[in-house]
Amino acid sequence: MDLNLNSQFESGNSPLPDFIRNSSSQRSTSSIQSIYSKTSGGHAVREVGFELGSKPSVRHGSRGADSERFSSSYKEINDQDARLVYINDPEKTNGKFEFARNSIRTGKYSILTFLPRNLFEQFHRVAYIYFLAIAILNQLPQLAVFGRGASILPLAIVLFVTAVKDAYEDFRRHRSDKIENNRLAWVFVNDQFQQKKWKDLRVGEIIKVSANESLPSDMVLLSTSDTTGVAYIQTTNLDGESNLKTRYAKQETQMKNPEKEKISGLIKCEKPNRNIYGFQANMEIDGKRVSLGPSNIILRGCELKNTNWALGIAVYAGRETKAMLNNSGAPSKRSRLETKMNQEIIYLSIFLVILCTIVSVCHGVWLRLHKDDLVLMQFYRKKDYSKPKVKDYNYYGWGMEIFFVFLMSVIVFQIMIPISLYISMELVRVGQAYFMIRDDRMLDEASNSRFQCRALNINEDLGQIKYVFSDKTGTLTENKMEFHCASIGGVDYSGGKALAEDEQTGYLARVDGQVFRPKMKVKVDPELLSLSKQKQTDEGRHVHDFFIALAACNTIVPLTVETSDPALKLIDYQGESPDEQALVYAAAAYGFMLIERTSGHIVIDIQGEKQRYNVLGLHEFDSDRKRMSVILGCPDNTFKVFVKGADTTMFSVIDQSLNSNVVKATEDHLHFYSSKGLRTLVVGMRDLSASEFEQWQSSYEKASTALMGRASLLRKVAYNIENSLSILGASAIEDKLQQGVPEAIESLRNAGIKVWVLTGDKQETAISIGHSSKLLTSKMTQIVVNNISKESCKKSLEDALLMCKKLTIASDATGGGSGSRMTEIALTIDGTSLVHILDTELEEQLFEVASKCTVVLCCRVAPLQKAGIVALMKNRANEMTLAIGDGANDVSMIQMADVGIGISGQEGRQAVMASDFAMGQFRFLVPLLLVHGHWNYQRMSYMILYNFYRNSVFVLVLFWYTLFTSFTLTTAITDWSSMLYSVIYTSFPTIVVGILDKDLSRTTLLRYPQLYGTGQRQESYNAKLFWVTILDTLWQSIAAFFVPLIAYWGSDVDGSSIGDLWTIAVVIMVNLHLAMDVFRWYWITHAAIWGSIVATFICVMVIDALPSLPGYWAFFHIAGTELFWACLLGITIAALVPRFVVKILIQYFGPDDIQIAREAEKVENSRESRDAEIEMNPIFHPPRR
Amino acid sequence: MNSNSPSTSAGGPGSADSTAPRRNSKRPKYSRFTQQELPACKPILTPKWVVEIIDRYETDCVPLDSRNDKVGFIQSPQDKTCHRNLTVPKRMKRPIYVYYQLDNFYQNHRRYVKSRSDQQLRNPGDEGDTSACEPEDTAHGMPIVPCGLIAWSLFNDTYNFTRNDQLVTINKTGISWKSDRDHKFGKNVYPRNFQNNTLVGGAHLVANKSLSEQEDLIVWMRTAALPTFRKLYGKIEVDLQAGDVINVELQNNYNTYSFDGKKKLVLSTTSWLGGKNDFLGIAYLVVGGLCFFLSLVFTIIYLVKPRKLGDPSYLSWNRNPGGH
Repeated sequence: MDLNLNSQFESGNSPLPDFIRNSSSQRSTSSIQSIYSKTSGGHAVREVGFELGSKPSVRHGSRGADSERFSSSYKEINDQDARLVYINDPEKTNGKFEFARNSIRTGKYSILTFLPRNLFEQFHRVAYIYFLAIAILNQLPQLAVFGRGASILPLAIVLFVTAVKDAYEDFRRHRSDKIENNRLAWVFVNDQFQQKKWKDLRVGEIIKVSANESLPSDMVLLSTSDTTGVAYIQTTNLDGESNLKTRYAKQETQMKNPEKEKISGLIKCEKPNRNIYGFQANMEIDGKRVSLGPSNIILRGCELKNTNWALGIAVYAGRETKAMLNNSGAPSKRSRLETKMNQEIIYLSIFLVILCTIVSVCHGVWLRLHKDDLVLMQFYRKKDYSKPKVKDYNYYGWGMEIFFVFLMSVIVFQIMIPISLYISMELVRVGQAYFMIRDDRMLDEASNSRFQCRALNINEDLGQIKYVFSDKTGTLTENKMEFHCASIGGVDYSGGKALAEDEQTGYLARVDGQVFRPKMKVKVDPELLSLSKQKQTDEGRHVHDFFIALAACNTIVPLTVETSDPALKLIDYQGESPDEQALVYAAAAYGFMLIERTSGHIVIDIQGEKQRYNVLGLHEFDSDRKRMSVILGCPDNTFKVFVKGADTTMFSVIDQSLNSNVVKATEDHLHFYSSKGLRTLVVGMRDLSASEFEQWQSSYEKASTALMGRASLLRKVAYNIENSLSILGASAIEDKLQQGVPEAIESLRNAGIKVWVLTGDKQETAISIGHSSKLLTSKMTQIVVNNISKESCKKSLEDALLMCKKLTIASDATGGGSGSRMTEIALTIDGTSLVHILDTELEEQLFEVASKCTVVLCCRVAPLQKAGIVALMKNRANEMTLAIGDGANDVSMIQMADVGIGISGQEGRQAVMASDFAMGQFRFLVPLLLVHGHWNYQRMSYMILYNFYRNSVFVLVLFWYTLFTSFTLTTAITDWSSMLYSVIYTSFPTIVVGILDKDLSRTTLLRYPQLYGTGQRQESYNAKLFWVTILDTLWQSIAAFFVPLIAYWGSDVDGSSIGDLWTIAVVIMVNLHLAMDVFRWYWITHAAIWGSIVATFICVMVIDALPSLPGYWAFFHIAGTELFWACLLGITIAALVPRFVVKILIQYFGPDDIQIAREAEKVENSRESRDAEIEMNPIFHPPRR
Repeated sequence: MNSNSPSTSAGGPGSADSTAPRRNSKRPKYSRFTQQELPACKPILTPKWVVEIIDRYETDCVPLDSRNDKVGFIQSPQDKTCHRNLTVPKRMKRPIYVYYQLDNFYQNHRRYVKSRSDQQLRNPGDEGDTSACEPEDTAHGMPIVPCGLIAWSLFNDTYNFTRNDQLVTINKTGISWKSDRDHKFGKNVYPRNFQNNTLVGGAHLVANKSLSEQEDLIVWMRTAALPTFRKLYGKIEVDLQAGDVINVELQNNYNTYSFDGKKKLVLSTTSWLGGKNDFLGIAYLVVGGLCFFLSLVFTIIYLVKPRKLGDPSYLSWNRNPGGH
């Protein structure tokens, strides 16, 4: 391990190799980093995830892909790419280019465009086009098989239902648009502020926003009520983060008041884009050129907080605002089941073509054989004698007749392709989603967030997951940072005691008779606490400096909150990084309370003494340096630089010769902390001499006002100042495991799901989290791969592979039947090695090793590498993958995996926005996969097979009849019945069963996670089942068709009557078939199944009560004969007996796990009628910490 | 099985009493229920065989010298009377249904089935609604009523039965569906322009009888479902005794020779399951026997090799540990 750390230090000293610069992966600081890049995003590396809509880059090794973007963010804005906004001059601004108005339209349609656009969108589905083509074919007089109305009806119904649904949704959108557009804002017009509707706002206008109002458009801040030009905004509507963010007005504009003096100027900014964390612009005002960044813009949808008013100039309006540009839905994925299903649909199409070919060829043969008879044959009458000139009537020659018959048979057999299946599947998924959302076991009570289904078409994939890729921070852990312990000056202070019982012991600051108290309490180490109060000793000074660094070196804003006690005020530290918050709270607890922060100075209450520090400069965090620094002018007129950052980059700038003992001790402590799963930061400082300070100040000022390449200049300045630091110490922050994580992982593992953890954290942290979350157990053999070159990677992979093989052989030899589990192997691999492995030929080896391992931990991986690993397993293993994460750095992985799950946690909402499903806690994965996933998969598989069956059985009955009509596609079943068959007669039960049926109860599924294997092994839907179903279909259609045929052969039965018999027989048979397979009978199931049969009878009666149809009263005649009922009974029995027998035999003599579990459920229920609720496999040893 | 219609007892004690003067007021009111005289079905299981006489005549009724050119014979205007003798094998109880049976006649052919106009049959105003009826839609420029191939090809063989030189009357009323007569074929729609084209397909209709009374047409226009079908010709309302010889004088007019169709005359009684067809009975026996056999096999296997229901030790991961 040491070797590894050292090797990374080395790389830190040398000019940084690309991968480190771009990987931005160090988890201990990654949240800081990602958040920093939010505030100062234009200059920091932006992670891929931020570009929400764009596809992740193709390369998954982290080299290359990012660096281009890196450099591009420094580019000056070209004139042709820029948008020119003249301040307070909307006419001129909008004169040349018509910028978008501020009215928004989320509605898709208007009244005029609704019909064409909606139809156009609906016909994007191939199935509908097929449907339409057939309906059109049917309109040709030669091919008119069905009546005009009957042929269009089903398509019309489907289109109509969808259109109504769309129209309603759109209506709601229009209504909310209208409300939004008619909100009022104060706009500066004609030298005074007037109220204007939001929709009338234009780019270039000055807008005044008061506290707690939402912003009507994206605006560049001009001035605020705060003298320093700070404005606080809340971005909940934009990204879900509820903490306050600071935005600044430029000093150049802060002092101006438009009501007193005219403001004019020009803002040159980027074209509208969807990056909510980036903004680049220049402002020319009073002849000066000022540069604007993301901290100067406030976005539509945010709310102004803690600021009385703010003036801004609209730069993007309406649909061009970043909020609107980001308003896109989840990516659409297609479920694996559906992909498989489409394959089988191709088989069905082939089958359809075969049927049609048989019919048309036979028809041709028949025509040939009766060539000479056709003229006189009463039922053919080839010639038309009624006209003076005798000619062929409706006969176009032999070849054409065959062709026409082929087309006609396509029309007649069209429902072989189960078009209604697509609609049913959608409805079923909506129903399933409803029950998943309403599941109280997936309700996060802490944040009161329900499960969210963002993608509606991959529900059933949840039942087939083989790999789970999980992020660590915020996913396995709570991402609620808590200061745990520190190492200061080489001494470890980790005796943190539990909170003192007495509330008063928390540190209080008294200012002007008022008491300030930090909002959150932190447990303190008594020894450290007493040390922090001494100022004289060396140790005391060290501690003092350490805590000053914690309190000062951050971007936290203290907010005072009134309490019920007027003398007591709470201090709430608002900031974008939970780590920083934790550190500031910790400093406060030890008596270094940050009380005030403005852009120029901070006030720290040190042991009751208020001290003012001037903040002379702040080098913000970037993922390149992985540290931040602040230059303070202290009250004693000295200048100090405080730096805090990740250990890898900090040790390279710390002067190790200064006190090497301390450095060594700190390193050991760091090692110890991270092995306990703590997140560590190293803090250092340096006193600046006056000359050093001046030198720094001049270069800092030059850099920060530079117009070209400002960020890189600033970075250079930072590099210069951040060196030869003396070490102060290291802090350790605890990120607690979420509730139920070890149990959940155990359950998932038992279910045969491989859980991989991909984290940006250090290897030690990752391993320790792995232990505490039961991912790693002491029985496992661990393989670690961390190398810095390709060759060594190759070697260690080969070794690993060898070891795997050895272990497997060994366990085979010993473990035969002894009942012991196979030796489990855990692989730990780090991001550096992955750089050399991904996208190279070593991938294959990694895959081989990884697929033999039970657990894989990847540490220090960059976001793109996460996606790369997911892609590796997804493409090579051909297994279903699921990625779960909460942060922006997980977005690419979430989008890459077959199923992406976002944790709606602390780190904003990017992950949720990119995900297919979102939930509050990691442990909900267990009910989601094992229960809902299993159900959904089982239901959907059955539904697809059943739909194939029910449509084919009907088509086959039609087909058999065709053989007895000299192949002319007459249907005994009326047009209406054959059209209503899949829409009304048989559709409801399958939908109801698809939504409600449960093969096993929740309790059983959670008790035996192994049952999840059915989905992984694709037991409910596979090619074998498909063909068995087709065979069954064949038999059932034969029974349904031939029993009446033979029974009525040579009788005086007419076509309509026997058609009614066939209709009803098929409907009863199909519904009983379903009834036979239903596991749980709810009243709705009863209603749907028996109701469908009744509905069929009613429909047939209604159709036969229309005197204009040839089949008038046929049903009432045939239903009056006993033979009809005898046939019905005979068909049902003969058709279903084989299936029934096979089913019973398999269930009894070769039961699968599900069947046994189901029996156990029933047997147990009757044995012990208690309703035991078993949540998960309980684990009794508490997680190691 | 035989079921008689409810019988009302005419000469019961109740009716005797009702004529007597009402003197005794204590006498309870007469009730059929208390007297156990409610109307009732009286089913008696009686095996009832369907007796069928089938006579195929399409070849026999062509004179020997014309048998080479049957189509020519049938198209020629010569006399086509033909005599057939049928022997009754068993006693046939009335009503005896007289059918003609056609084989290989595709009344369900697409061209044929569609060639009709239900509007026109029902409503005198819709006389011109003949678009579906081609090529039998118009004759001499006027619409045909009833139009279409189905009506045009109306069956036109006729039968006369004599037994012992006595005419056996065939009742030809009520052979069609009442629903058709009442609602499908108009009472004020009369045939017009029918069979006026060059090619005569079949029977002529009586010009001054409304369509709803032309029962042969109504029967014919209920197009058969299958290529082998029977159509009801009439009913014989007398019993026929075993050994009776029935002489049939038939007019063999209908052209089935052009498509090798068979023509049969059928006399049949009926049972509750309709005509003579043993299939369903056999099918039931076979399926029933099969089910019985299967249940037997199942029971035996169950007894030989029982399995405890819901025993978790059968679960796959409990059977072969380690592998899942």
